[in-house]
Amino acid sequence: MKFLPAKELRLRISLFITCYNDTLFPETGKAVVRVLERLGHTVDFPAGQTCCGQMHVNTGYWDDALPLLPRFVGQFRDSEAVVVPSSSCVAHMREHYPAMARQLEAAGKHPGLAATVDALLPRVYEFSELLTKRLGITDLNAAFPHRVTYHASCHGLRSLQLGDGPASLLRSVSDIDLVPLPGLEQCCGFGGTFAIKNADVSTAMLDEKLTAVLSTGAEFVTACDNSCLMHIHGGLHRRGCAVRTLHLAEILAGDEETAQ
Amino acid sequence: MSGPLLDPRSAPSFPKAAHNLLKDAQLRNNLHHATSVIQNKRARVVAELPDWEQLRLAGQLIREHTMAHLDAYLEQFEQNCTRAGGIVHWARNAEEARQIVVRLAKEAIAVEQEHGTTPAEILKIKSMTTEEIGLNGALEAAGIRPYESDLAELIIQLGHDKPSHIVVPALHKNRQQIREIFQREMNLPDLGETPEDLADAARLFLREKFLRVPTAISGANFLIAETGGVCIVESEGNGRMCLTLPRTLITVAGIDKVIPRFRDLEVFLQLLPRSATGERMNPYNSIWTGVYENDGPRTFHVVLMDNARTSVLADSEGRQTLNCIRCGACQNICPVYRETGGHAYGSVYAGPIGAILTPQLQQMHHARSLPYASSLCGACYEVCPVRINIPEVLIHLRHRVVEQETKGLGVLRAEALAMKSASRIFLSESRFRAAQRLARAAEGPLTRRDTSGARWIHWLPGMLGGWTQSRDLRALPQQTFREWWEQRNRAPLSNEQSGAGNVR
Repeated sequence: MKFLPAKELRLRISLFITCYNDTLFPETGKAVVRVLERLGHTVDFPAGQTCCGQMHVNTGYWDDALPLLPRFVGQFRDSEAVVVPSSSCVAHMREHYPAMARQLEAAGKHPGLAATVDALLPRVYEFSELLTKRLGITDLNAAFPHRVTYHASCHGLRSLQLGDGPASLLRSVSDIDLVPLPGLEQCCGFGGTFAIKNADVSTAMLDEKLTAVLSTGAEFVTACDNSCLMHIHGGLHRRGCAVRTLHLAEILAGDEETAQ
Repeated sequence: MSGPLLDPRSAPSFPKAAHNLLKDAQLRNNLHHATSVIQNKRARVVAELPDWEQLRLAGQLIREHTMAHLDAYLEQFEQNCTRAGGIVHWARNAEEARQIVVRLAKEAIAVEQEHGTTPAEILKIKSMTTEEIGLNGALEAAGIRPYESDLAELIIQLGHDKPSHIVVPALHKNRQQIREIFQREMNLPDLGETPEDLADAARLFLREKFLRVPTAISGANFLIAETGGVCIVESEGNGRMCLTLPRTLITVAGIDKVIPRFRDLEVFLQLLPRSATGERMNPYNSIWTGVYENDGPRTFHVVLMDNARTSVLADSEGRQTLNCIRCGACQNICPVYRETGGHAYGSVYAGPIGAILTPQLQQMHHARSLPYASSLCGACYEVCPVRINIPEVLIHLRHRVVEQETKGLGVLRAEALAMKSASRIFLSESRFRAAQRLARAAEGPLTRRDTSGARWIHWLPGMLGGWTQSRDLRALPQQTFREWWEQRNRAPLSNEQSGAGNVR
């Protein structure tokens, strides 16, 4: 960055890495830390964090997801801003946490939880959203000399309405050859437990997505959600294709390590 | 005559049905082509309206208001329809509806037969509600021969097939397949293959029925409480024939079809055609109120059918399902429907709306795999003209399925156990760390190195095998993010120092 923000504009940003990024995609978390620190902000990592409960709710296990909400709130209630490198987790939190909090509060165990959640949620940002909407970043001075295509994950596209945000950040990257993905608005077929419960249909949807990816000639597919990328990469690898996947943060972190 | 019923009570589960249908390359080509054509047409005409989003909101609000006062509007409709000379019947369920319609049809045919030799036949306008209750089978069992007059429904009927789409029931058939059906069933071996040839054949076949058969059955798009009128929109004019030529008309409608006022059509007759067929207006919009002397049917019956709709209404979260105006836009946009077609859903209501409507109409006794037949991508919600939040209703219904199926010997017991353990793990950081370490250790024997040296899993046991049937899984990295974070913070540089050091 050419200019660091004035001291009063520097934020203390809490990273909610999410359970699957923590376990499967630590590089994404490292990249988020690198990008935000490079911008002059401070990143912290509340150690007791685990999972937002999206998988439980989306699969029908609402009741098992309920106790995870007070845990999340306990970890992040005092954060100035929370960054989450997973669009579907943020969508779940925004769509379900208010109702879950009210249900828990009505049960009498968590007085004030609903108000706390209502106050906290506006400070919870998906990674690209934090950059474009909260921090007003248009250019990160990153470099990534590769052909890249961007997959608009459904929750980011429709629930978070990320719109052109992630792509605009990618366009600011030096030396990148950004090619549009045909059928951008179509689901890759992941859908959490859908990929397992309806494996045949999920595979048919994935095949369409892979055909689109391969038609771009891209070396990398990027997105704001590693779950879609895990699906796309898993399909590409099974089919013997060398195309790789990288979370948006890893491209924007853009140092030689990832740009190899 | 009619094909086998799409009956949710006996249909295979969605994954099983989909497994077989996905092998049909011709079917998938037809589906992709047809849904893409309609989708693109819809997108074009929707983009023309600067107030589309306000229209959707108006549609949603009118429907919500109607459902909140459904009892009052139904009684108002009954009063006004009766005053205009219509005869209103109430059916609690499919069985009652079938009995009423068969009785009315028999009575009408008997009256006709007093005036001459009239065969026991009946004309039909495309109606998913009559498909829902298997009316054609009941008519045939009573010795009455139903003739479908909608071109697509005619193709389905002659092909001994089942509808696969609520607006375009023969969407899964291409022109060549339709020609073969007509050649065989209409005995036209020399039939050409242009759309004009096919339309001519259907026209000749149907015109003769329109002129001969004096009794008709229709569904309804809207019941207008304020006037007692009924509205049907269509593209071909065959519906108009059935609404005007016969002496007796029997309309079967779900109780969800009522709208409060005539002027509400201003909203719905914009939303429906643009969403359904990508047309600004339907070529034929018929609205009739009771009976008229020397014009149209002399006897007009309306059968108002519940068939579990009130039980849907009783569920505050599932209720919005009843707001549906049957445009089929969610089917055309759905990436799941586009792969499997409608038959996989085992119900006349296929696609996203079917996935939420069918299980509820079955009062959650059947079709319980349908709420899972979605990746929750949200495309259906985005196009729904009355803003039904289909993904949220799907999640709600999954919750209801889980509540049913995790008790006693329910089929989801193993999954429920896994979910409960996962929840317990996530409630403790130390348990989560232990699970991460355990997973790393356990996956070892399943991993193989690829040519680049990366470790991948190609096979997983049990349910997880669904993933590896078509996808590899990258082995877990040796360090989790939190382990890296702790290591980094043990290093001499603090957060801020290391951040500043990276500034370019």
